[in-house]
Amino acid sequence: MDLTRLSAYELADALDKREVSAVEVTQAHLDRMTAVDPKVHAFLHRTDAAALAQATSVDERRASGAALSRLAGVPIAVKDNLAMRGEPTTCGSRILEGWRPPYDATVVARLRARDLVIVGKTNMDEFAMGSSTEHSAYGQTRNPWDLDRIPGGSGGGSAAAVASFQAPLAIGSDTGGSIRQPAAVTGTVGVKPTYGGVSRYGLVALASSLDQVGPVARSVLDTALLHEAIAGHDPRDSTSINAPVPDVVGAATRADVRGLRIGIVTQLSGDGYQAGVSQRFAEALEHLQHLGAEIVEVSCPSFEYALGAYYLILPSEASSNLARFDGMRFGLRAGDNGDNSVEQVMSLTREAGFGAEVKRRIILGTYALSSGYYDAYYGQAQKVRTLIVRDFAAAFEQVDVLVSPTAPTTAFRLGEKLDDPIAMYLNDVATIPVNLAGIGSMSLPAGLAPEDGLPVGFQIMAPPMADDRLYLVGAALEAALRDQWGHLLIEEAPAL
Amino acid sequence: MSTTHDTMPFDQALASFEPVLGLEVHVELGTNSKMFCGCSTVFGASPNTQVCPVCLGLPGSMPVVNAMAIESTIRIGLALNCTIASWCRFARKNYFYPDMPKDYQISQYDEPLCSNGYLDVTVPTDDGPTVVRVEIERVHMEEDTGKLLHAGGATGRIHGADHSLVDYNRAGIPLVEIVTKTIEGTGALAPAVAKAYVAELRDLMRALDVSDVRMEEGSMRCDVNLSLNRPGDGWGTRSETKNVNSLRSVERAVHSEIERQAALLTSGGRVVQETRHFHEDTGRSTSGRSKEQAEDYRYFPEPDLVPVAPSDAWIEELRATLPELPSAKRDRLKGEWGINDFELQTIVNAGALDLVEATIAAGVDSAAARKWWTGELQRTANDRGVELADLGVTPQQVREVEALIASGALNDKLARQVFEGLVAQEGTVAQIVSSRGLAVVSDDGALLAAIDDALAAQPDVADKIRDGKVQAAGAIVGAVMKATRGQADAAKVRALLLERLGVSE
Ligand SMILES: [Zn+2]
Repeated sequence: MDLTRLSAYELADALDKREVSAVEVTQAHLDRMTAVDPKVHAFLHRTDAAALAQATSVDERRASGAALSRLAGVPIAVKDNLAMRGEPTTCGSRILEGWRPPYDATVVARLRARDLVIVGKTNMDEFAMGSSTEHSAYGQTRNPWDLDRIPGGSGGGSAAAVASFQAPLAIGSDTGGSIRQPAAVTGTVGVKPTYGGVSRYGLVALASSLDQVGPVARSVLDTALLHEAIAGHDPRDSTSINAPVPDVVGAATRADVRGLRIGIVTQLSGDGYQAGVSQRFAEALEHLQHLGAEIVEVSCPSFEYALGAYYLILPSEASSNLARFDGMRFGLRAGDNGDNSVEQVMSLTREAGFGAEVKRRIILGTYALSSGYYDAYYGQAQKVRTLIVRDFAAAFEQVDVLVSPTAPTTAFRLGEKLDDPIAMYLNDVATIPVNLAGIGSMSLPAGLAPEDGLPVGFQIMAPPMADDRLYLVGAALEAALRDQWGHLLIEEAPAL
Repeated sequence: MSTTHDTMPFDQALASFEPVLGLEVHVELGTNSKMFCGCSTVFGASPNTQVCPVCLGLPGSMPVVNAMAIESTIRIGLALNCTIASWCRFARKNYFYPDMPKDYQISQYDEPLCSNGYLDVTVPTDDGPTVVRVEIERVHMEEDTGKLLHAGGATGRIHGADHSLVDYNRAGIPLVEIVTKTIEGTGALAPAVAKAYVAELRDLMRALDVSDVRMEEGSMRCDVNLSLNRPGDGWGTRSETKNVNSLRSVERAVHSEIERQAALLTSGGRVVQETRHFHEDTGRSTSGRSKEQAEDYRYFPEPDLVPVAPSDAWIEELRATLPELPSAKRDRLKGEWGINDFELQTIVNAGALDLVEATIAAGVDSAAARKWWTGELQRTANDRGVELADLGVTPQQVREVEALIASGALNDKLARQVFEGLVAQEGTVAQIVSSRGLAVVSDDGALLAAIDDALAAQPDVADKIRDGKVQAAGAIVGAVMKATRGQADAAKVRALLLERLGVSE
């Protein structure tokens, strides 16, 4: 039995029945990393020793009859923008090279408390700015379906790690689609929870009002199990919701869409979407209709302005969030030769430490917040944001969930859009409205596009605090497609 | 860097110009923990020992608002007759500086928690105290920065220093900033108004028990904005003088800035909009960075914090539990002690109000309590450059000393020595009386011997007294007091002397 082919649910079950040990499970995944990651480069940093120590401890406690959490002993990969005590946390940037946080992000602390085994930190676009993971300062991650293609971004590392069976679970973060678009192009499942559903404490901020930590896995149920493990109120994050977590695992188990009203967003389909993407999306809708859901079309006119608003709000907040990387207290310091002034050292450090895309967005944001421009840019973008929230609210009065393709295309080739930032930004056109409105959303595989044989993502969007609906619909669709294919789509990924 | 301008004498400056004043006072709140994390706020700890990921601005850390700080700010706002916002947000003030861990400061911008209030202050004038209403623009919350220490170089400033050290213990300590509206029409009283306002604010903070308001430790700091204009003209360009860290300095800073700007304007120069640094030693300010190109702080609402939305019920609860405010207390005590405005002002200026009140409460009569605190003890505090309350003498000790005077065991002169001993931390009142050998000599025999010695030494004075010039007795009494090292009761010596010489008053 190849332990890396099992789902988190199956691993948890086997561990619970003591059919396998956590050490065996962990070692199998570490071996898999050694075998395939040189090709994929999903990981920036492996934590073998700590992982095996943790696994040993889980086995010992299980042997002594201690009560363990459901996912105890299951391996997990963590995106490199989550602080992890004593381990490198680079955010894919040179400027954080060598920095080892003295504290754990709340999500990392929860994983530890629930005895998940963290096997490493995954690659990402620098500070989560990008849709291809090509903007990492530490080399690109490749798509396990086609090593010449991008794995999506910014969380390409987490998606690729899961898609290449190096870990059954991974943590991502989603500011404009960084969990969902990589899930779409790698044939995996990713969820951006409702804003505030999962603590952001310890997530190195890109855009604080948009960022959200979420689960990545190969099945809807696994995603739900991880979601449940990391969600819930955190007193260290003022923006975290102080309310019970929706029963996502229950919903993933029920997988029932009978009587549900599902809305297709007019503005997130049609022109600009690859033919195979539209085709698989339409077939998925047929499945859902067949399962008893009612499909209607809903218009969200303000979505037209979402991308523009997003690319003002994100850089504005990022320009402020990234100010602290000044070489004074942690990470890289350049030009400290005794002659340069403090200002010069700060400037030289930022010049040397940040990549081009990060600089582009810092400059954009600095400009957008400047006095005299604030109202026209940041202020106006916030108004658009309000309109988008209203569009969603109006839509959710008519339907229970909204759906769209996750990304307009399947995975594009490495380098294809690197020199065209606007083309790169357009990749997130369908995922961005969700972040602006702070609602929850899932991407799951809808099949392979006939023209290129690459995975297509199906996006589900639910009202705030109703993340369970994502799982209800996602699990139903996944089951129907599984019946059709005889297995999960990821099983069709080429061997590496 | 340093610019020395000629100055114009104050009276002459006021003859030509009207000052327009604005005061920004920062008060460190006395909460146990910092504004956005759980770190301690105790003053004086070793550098960088009261820090955590949040107040160091480490990547990924997030702020959480200290509810006590909100409560304190609302209480300050209520005491300053402000409107309390029912919904307001924090904002980020972005600028790069090594004492700012995040390179932005969490502050409030266009949505302050408290706004539009006033504070009535009593200003001493030659014609007696007068009340001036200072209008408050806003009271808002923010976090303090770290402290920079510039080593080497000549200036103690960042430019020219060999290297700089940063202590982040102060970073994140809750601050409230209290900003006045422009204060106009004060004329020559401007320095006194500024001082009285800051003093009143200090007393108010103490009464509210929201801060220890120690200006010398920087827990209360004042920036003085000042411009001059000729009568009838619009406002002139203002300067902002920072670093004004004592009540006396507030007065001096306004005074000297009026003299400086008047000289500039009279000689055809213009006032530059700039930050100036006040120097305690010289009482003058020097030019800092120019603000001609206004700094762009790129304020925007802090996305890591939820809005502050105090309920009406909570605000009313806080209003109902406000303590007696200093002005009301002064009015009350004035009546209770039967004193006039001047006497009250003397006590207030000495910072002795609470001490006198406590001393009276301990059983000392009002006149004696006032005499000690505003006399001997205030002089000592001034000499030592400390606040009266920090002198080391308690109301209880004043009561003990007074009791000894009443029983005849001490006189005023000896009592002063007891206080001297208390300030020098020589022990309790009883220990000092004993160790310094302080006791009134009441043995008639010893006193008569001393009187005889004095008469023998000054026979001509003795003759004068015998001739009925009783006022000459003072010289002999003085000699006897000197001989007994002050430990005699002067009235008794006088009586014995006159009896000895057979003279009556
Ligand atoms: Zn702290």
